[in-house]
Amino acid sequence: MIVDVLTWLQQPGLSHFLIVSAIVFALGLYAILTRKNAIMVLMGIELILNAANINFLAFSRYSTHSLDGHIVALFVIILAAAEVAIGLAIVLNIVQNFNTANVDEIDRLKE
Amino acid sequence: MTPDTLILLSLFVWFLPLGNFVLLIFFHRRIPRNGDWIATSVVFGTLVLASIILVSKFMLYQADIIQTNVRWIDFKVLHGGSPLGVELGILIDNVAAIMLTVVTLVSALVHLFSIGYMRGDVRYGRYFAYLGLFTFSMQGIVLTNNFFLLYVAWELVGLSSYLLIGHWFEKQSASDAAKKAFVVNRFGDVGMFLGILILYATFHSFRFDVVFNGIRSGIFPGGSEPWLTIAGVLIFCGAIGKSAQFPLHVWLPDAMEGPTPVSALIHAATMVAAGVYMVTRTFAMMTGDALLVIAYTGAFTAFLAATIAVVQTDIKKVLAYSTVSQLGYMIMGLGVGAYTAGFFHLTTHAMFKAGLFLGAGSVIHAMHYALHHQGDHHTDPQDIRTMGGLKEKMPITFWTFFIYTLAISGVPFTSGFLSKDEILAGTWAFAQLTGHTLIPIVAFSVAGLTAFYMFRLLILTFLGNHADDNRIQYIHESPHVMTIPLIVFATLSFFIFYSFNPFSAAGGWFAQLVKPPDFVVPSAMAATSPALFAETVHNVHLPAMLLSILVAGLGILGAFTTYYWKKIDANALAQKLAPIYKVLLNKWYIDEIYEYVVVNGTKRVSTILAWIDNTIVDGIVNGVAKLTVILTHGVRHTWTTRSIPALLYIVASALLSLYLGWEAMLTTLPETSSPMTVIQSGIVGVVVSALSFFLFYGGVGGFDAKIVDGLVNFVATLSGVLGLLLRRIQTGKVQTYILWALIGVVVLFIWFR
Repeated sequence: MIVDVLTWLQQPGLSHFLIVSAIVFALGLYAILTRKNAIMVLMGIELILNAANINFLAFSRYSTHSLDGHIVALFVIILAAAEVAIGLAIVLNIVQNFNTANVDEIDRLKE
Repeated sequence: MTPDTLILLSLFVWFLPLGNFVLLIFFHRRIPRNGDWIATSVVFGTLVLASIILVSKFMLYQADIIQTNVRWIDFKVLHGGSPLGVELGILIDNVAAIMLTVVTLVSALVHLFSIGYMRGDVRYGRYFAYLGLFTFSMQGIVLTNNFFLLYVAWELVGLSSYLLIGHWFEKQSASDAAKKAFVVNRFGDVGMFLGILILYATFHSFRFDVVFNGIRSGIFPGGSEPWLTIAGVLIFCGAIGKSAQFPLHVWLPDAMEGPTPVSALIHAATMVAAGVYMVTRTFAMMTGDALLVIAYTGAFTAFLAATIAVVQTDIKKVLAYSTVSQLGYMIMGLGVGAYTAGFFHLTTHAMFKAGLFLGAGSVIHAMHYALHHQGDHHTDPQDIRTMGGLKEKMPITFWTFFIYTLAISGVPFTSGFLSKDEILAGTWAFAQLTGHTLIPIVAFSVAGLTAFYMFRLLILTFLGNHADDNRIQYIHESPHVMTIPLIVFATLSFFIFYSFNPFSAAGGWFAQLVKPPDFVVPSAMAATSPALFAETVHNVHLPAMLLSILVAGLGILGAFTTYYWKKIDANALAQKLAPIYKVLLNKWYIDEIYEYVVVNGTKRVSTILAWIDNTIVDGIVNGVAKLTVILTHGVRHTWTTRSIPALLYIVASALLSLYLGWEAMLTTLPETSSPMTVIQSGIVGVVVSALSFFLFYGGVGGFDAKIVDGLVNFVATLSGVLGLLLRRIQTGKVQTYILWALIGVVVLFIWFR
């Protein structure tokens, strides 16, 4: 049993990357669902995006062996950067207006 | 001791400090004494390992180059060329083994010194963590066998330097200095990056040996030989930034805002020497022209910084400019072809300059304590005009400082004499071979200036009478953790550790280990071959040595007559040479030139770009919007207020719909027609014309109000009703919504499985 696991670990294949990606995705989702702080939620979103990136790269490596996955992943990174810039700006404004970054307390659209 | 074992050991030397960083940055609050003992003992451990590597390299594998490679990224074959990839690896040759030991030695002693110097600091644990990060990064530069890792480690030392200069970031000047160091280094690094890209595009590898072999076999970047010079000079740009050469030297004096042990480790002994080390690494691929650029850059920097150091009054600033000057010396040495001498000076300079900075740290520590006891918060504890007479109170600091000063001034029987003498002989030989006589003239005058300003510093700080009689009683010698590193560095400043002959390093172990590599560039472009150069150096060695002793003696004599015996009044001299004095005091106005050209230039370009954005780009967007508003206003106006245009509109739409109905009737009418079909198509025509009239005329009023609005209102009402229903699950908590969405996705997954 242990020997099987060890040999499996020594020969990285597609499933290894997918497992890592699934773990990262689950962690990101967990962060989004459980954290009260808006910044933590944003970090969870980042984790999810990166999980997707890992998938893109892994599938591109183990299917066509082209650079398509890399290109998409680069796009995702750029979009993630833009998203964080806007997200943090929104959080800053929220903190100034509501005096909290707790997502549960921000439930009024008009103030 | 197989080569593999050496590689394994070097990996330990490399990564243990990183372990320090990770451990301390996360857990320093939970470890007793913030973990300084862990960091220091680990770095001393790496010192032992590095010495083992050096000794076994010296004993067993003197002529071998130990190398190992890992293929990190494999791009396979792209666009029909040769396979592309990135290889990472470790290279231990004699230069790397020596440098490894130097870095670990200085790092270990600076760790020890910091325990005393930084005691009670607000971010004590974090400080040691950053020291670990720096040591790790620096070892990366030393051990790498390719440009890729070199660049990565290069940026990492820049980062750790930034973090440590800004250690006391509450002080505006410290955070400014950190930013300045980072930004100024970027300028040089861009050049280095371009150089690396040129080489990678040509040779498809980052490895030093692959690139050198490629050049040797006659492949040139861009297919032409001048590109080789360009690539060499671009790579040297990195060294201009990191080793603080003119014109990017401006960050190093400001970097003195960091803690003094950091100045000793990073800004005197190791990181700033990384540029010199990099030039030794790439020495073989430098063409004669590139080396000439390097030599003149180094010579000018050495002269510029030495002249500025003469008039500085801050103890650390004098040492900073002295460092810039000595780095220029090393770069000049490499540029003229004195490869061994340049690297030798790096090693000896690392010892005595680290010692000088730690000695300055010891003085500042004592001054700080004394000023604190006096309740004086205005006097600058680093200003040498407020010192003097510290010799009796701080004997160990004084005597070690004295030895370092002798070494940096190039007095016989010190390590500095050996290395400086070799460089001076090298410049002389270079002038004989190529006719560039300016370089040895500058080199010898800088040697004299160095002796002058270093002894000025020593005399003003330690000799004579103290500036304040009350303060001197509070001055006391620093604790043992601070004096022991001083003593070790002072011991290592004697000639005996480098060569048994006090007047020539040529027979010592150092010269035996470090031999200039043969140039790989075609002989027509290369500088003088190492063999011929060595022979010329041998011929001029004796006169160069005598002359260097003479200028050093003159410098020391000048310092004593001016500042100790006061035969010459320094202030009167400054008055008499006011224009020159002013230029020197303002550091040749280089910061001002940067302020005017770079900073203001950027601001001016930004103003222009902002104007273009605000006026032209926004103008187009706003213009389109305004045009639309004007057009719509016109139509609405016509429709509501004027009846004649409205009537015209009705008539026009009626005519248009009649025409449309006529066309529709004709097109639906077949060639062979029965009365029935004529009636049918007539009906179609009437329907079409009625419908189109309704649309044209009523479309704006009736149809729009009744049918379109009705549909919209219906949807609104429907969603209102649905909203009322769904309101029950709308809690206003974002995360509940996400949970619902997740459940929905899971349901869909199960559904479509």
